Amino acid sequence: MREVVALLVDGIIYSSWLFIIALGLTLIYGVMKILNMAHGSLYALGAYVAATLVGYWLGHGYAPLASYGMLALAAVIVGLVAGPLLERGLLRFMYGRDEVVLLLVTYALFLILEDVAKLIWGVEPYYISEPYGMLGNLDFAGLTYPVYNLVLIAVSVIAGVALASVLRYTHHGKLLSAVIHDREISLAMGINVARFYLVTFTIGTMLAAIGGALTAPTVSVVPGMGVQVIVLAFAVVVVGGLGSLPGAALGALIVGLVRSAAVHYKPEVELFSIYAVMALVLIFRPKGLFAAAEVRKI
Amino acid sequence: MTPILDAQGLCKKFGAVTAAWGISISIDPDTVVGLIGTNGAGKTTFVNMVTGYLKPDSGNIHFKGQDVTALHPRQITRLGICRSFQIPQLYDSLTVLENVVVALSIVLHNSKRAWWRRGPRIVPGHQAPPVAAAEIMLDRFGLRPYRTSRAGVLPEGVRKLLDIAMALAVKPEMLILDEPTSGVSTDEKFGIMDTVMNAVRSHGVTVLFVEHDMEIVSRYAKRVIAFYEGKVLADGAPSHVLGDPDVRKYVVGGQVAALDASKESARA
Amino acid sequence: MKRPDATQLALIAALIAFLVLGLLLPKWLFLLTLSLGKGLVVLGLMLLLRTGLVSFGQGLFYCLGAYAVGSLGQFFVIKDALLLLLTGVAIGALVALLLGFLMAKYRDIFFAMLSLAFSMILYGLLVKSAALGSTDGFNVPPPTLFGSPVGGAAHQYALFALACVMVFVAALVLHAYFETPLGRLSPAIRDNEIRVEYMGASVRQAIHVKYVIAGALAGLGGALTAMTVGHIDPDLAYWTTSGEFVFVAILSGTGSVIAPFLGSVVFEVIRTYAYQYSPNTWQLVVGGALLLVIIFLPSGLWSVFGYLRRRGSA
Repeated sequence: MREVVALLVDGIIYSSWLFIIALGLTLIYGVMKILNMAHGSLYALGAYVAATLVGYWLGHGYAPLASYGMLALAAVIVGLVAGPLLERGLLRFMYGRDEVVLLLVTYALFLILEDVAKLIWGVEPYYISEPYGMLGNLDFAGLTYPVYNLVLIAVSVIAGVALASVLRYTHHGKLLSAVIHDREISLAMGINVARFYLVTFTIGTMLAAIGGALTAPTVSVVPGMGVQVIVLAFAVVVVGGLGSLPGAALGALIVGLVRSAAVHYKPEVELFSIYAVMALVLIFRPKGLFAAAEVRKI
Repeated sequence: MTPILDAQGLCKKFGAVTAAWGISISIDPDTVVGLIGTNGAGKTTFVNMVTGYLKPDSGNIHFKGQDVTALHPRQITRLGICRSFQIPQLYDSLTVLENVVVALSIVLHNSKRAWWRRGPRIVPGHQAPPVAAAEIMLDRFGLRPYRTSRAGVLPEGVRKLLDIAMALAVKPEMLILDEPTSGVSTDEKFGIMDTVMNAVRSHGVTVLFVEHDMEIVSRYAKRVIAFYEGKVLADGAPSHVLGDPDVRKYVVGGQVAALDASKESARA
Repeated sequence: MKRPDATQLALIAALIAFLVLGLLLPKWLFLLTLSLGKGLVVLGLMLLLRTGLVSFGQGLFYCLGAYAVGSLGQFFVIKDALLLLLTGVAIGALVALLLGFLMAKYRDIFFAMLSLAFSMILYGLLVKSAALGSTDGFNVPPPTLFGSPVGGAAHQYALFALACVMVFVAALVLHAYFETPLGRLSPAIRDNEIRVEYMGASVRQAIHVKYVIAGALAGLGGALTAMTVGHIDPDLAYWTTSGEFVFVAILSGTGSVIAPFLGSVVFEVIRTYAYQYSPNTWQLVVGGALLLVIIFLPSGLWSVFGYLRRRGSA
């Protein structure tokens, strides 16, 4: 029984992490039809900036609890700097080109950002484990969990609910839904599509960075940490359906639980299990679980 | 004479809209049939069902005696029906010559006779098939001057002709043209239809064409079928159908007055 | 016997040139052989690119070919070079045949990312496989050709010559393929699938065939690489390896079967020097170059030659 509970809790923690990193990716794809391969690099940037800020903050002896604010700040900084820079400085010249061309552009960005991180922060690992341990542990059903991981769950839920609410209930959210549906018509109706693209990409970047910032205290921040992320995020997003928010949530849940089961029962197939789930879902639902309806072509 | 195409009781609904209410049409070989009707009357739905793009909810379609109702468009093409499109479907990055060569290559590929055999480079003036055959086709359609131009930059009338030429490359027994003269200037319309009719003349091809221009219909069709709200409103010789009061009321409208006037002045 | 066309002549010339070059510059043999092996993967990618598909997962077949060679040599003491190369082709083709049933249903981003995911599945399996050395991989014993040793430090030229011949044959075959009816379907599928279907050809089947060819070529390339380097590890299947192949394919363009190999050599040469001088900016250079090519030269470097002598090619 304890085994099952452990599996479930581990699964949900991992799912929350997956959800946060997948959310930005699916949002950007849903609105701009761009699959951002640089998502992992933005994640890494979030981690690096978080490491720098937290290191500075704690190094100067300021209030330890506020170091969490530093994590959030890191995400905001990366989002507000990298987001507009990349979108206005590069991506917007590529709109209208083939989806795959844009994919290659983001791949090029990924390569560039990986080295930019190396140039700024060097190749030595950074450790900022204090925020991870600071909240202590929670004893639960005979198991011990760092409270930090539970905070992770809370953040993912808040992020998902917040984004969904904005999309559904606010004026701008509804306009965004229109843009998602059809860019041309939205333009014709006077919606400032360019501004929506900018905002969307910035938010997507911020979400990637939040993922990195939150992960930073739990691992060593090293070059290449974002490389694995893009594949995982893609697997989750594909399972749920490209561009679907509830899809990302469900996808994250499924992938997270399956992976948890693999880790607990047969660790060798951990990575394999994630992609196997993805392949299986695609065999039965070629476009993912919550796929958008197809438009007639002729 | 056994009909080459026999559709019986075709019904098709799209949600609350019924595009076809038990349509039954028989078409004899080697004739030219014009399909007319306002938008949404059901003529495009009929064509889409015949070419396999849509499956009827009920009813069946026989082509040369074979039941093609449930077949994929690919299979239907191989059996002998080929269509052109309202918006020409071309290979935009290839030249006109390459477009036709590719079309002929597909025929070779389908026939499985020579799918492995290497053809010549596509250079204008090359003697070997399929390039030589393609050039002949281009000549028949008057497309020779454009043969080294990329399909994507051609004027609309030329694109239409190329689209139809490619459909003919498959050597179909039945050619279906979806609004062959739409989007083309008035003077070009007749040019296109004359070219097409000349190209199919000696080959015994049955032609079905969907049209909105009644002048084109009356000049080129030997038989006209008028659609209205998913049913066949009238069916017969052009003068009979275009003169039918219901057809005038629901389908043709003001165009006929112009037609009558031009006939009057032609007679005078 | 038809008169050989420009590309065939160029291939013959290139073969002779390379064989001579190998004799004159023995220090470059390793790099050249490696480039040829990788060029084979890029050749397969070029076929897919012509059909409008980008595969970010050719590393799957590349790695399979390499591990097939390694396993046969290490565990079954099979060392004949031709047999090993053939195995590489076979395993690449077989896996591509199986995967093709799923892959041929997808296009664009889905195709790209699915192929990536499959290569990562292999990576995941290999990394956790202790028997195959997990992340360290294992060494590949030097092969022999009809009894005499080939490859390894002492017999580099023999392996290089074998590679040249393999590449020559593969390039000739693909060049001929582009002018068969099935080959001519590639740009048609890329431009307008609907039209192809409405002329009676099955797009899915055509893509399946091309995927198998690309997989076979990648398997061959992997086998060759394993024999050249003498060591294999799971990184061969990591998606960034596949990304490199994509980069070289984009750089080379789809104009000619020679392009992938020239592009591959240029890439390896630049990489070797870039790594020596500044290992932390290599990816930046590649990324920047890729952006430049996408923005200014969408048909790859080969299009420059195209400008110089405009030739119709389907």
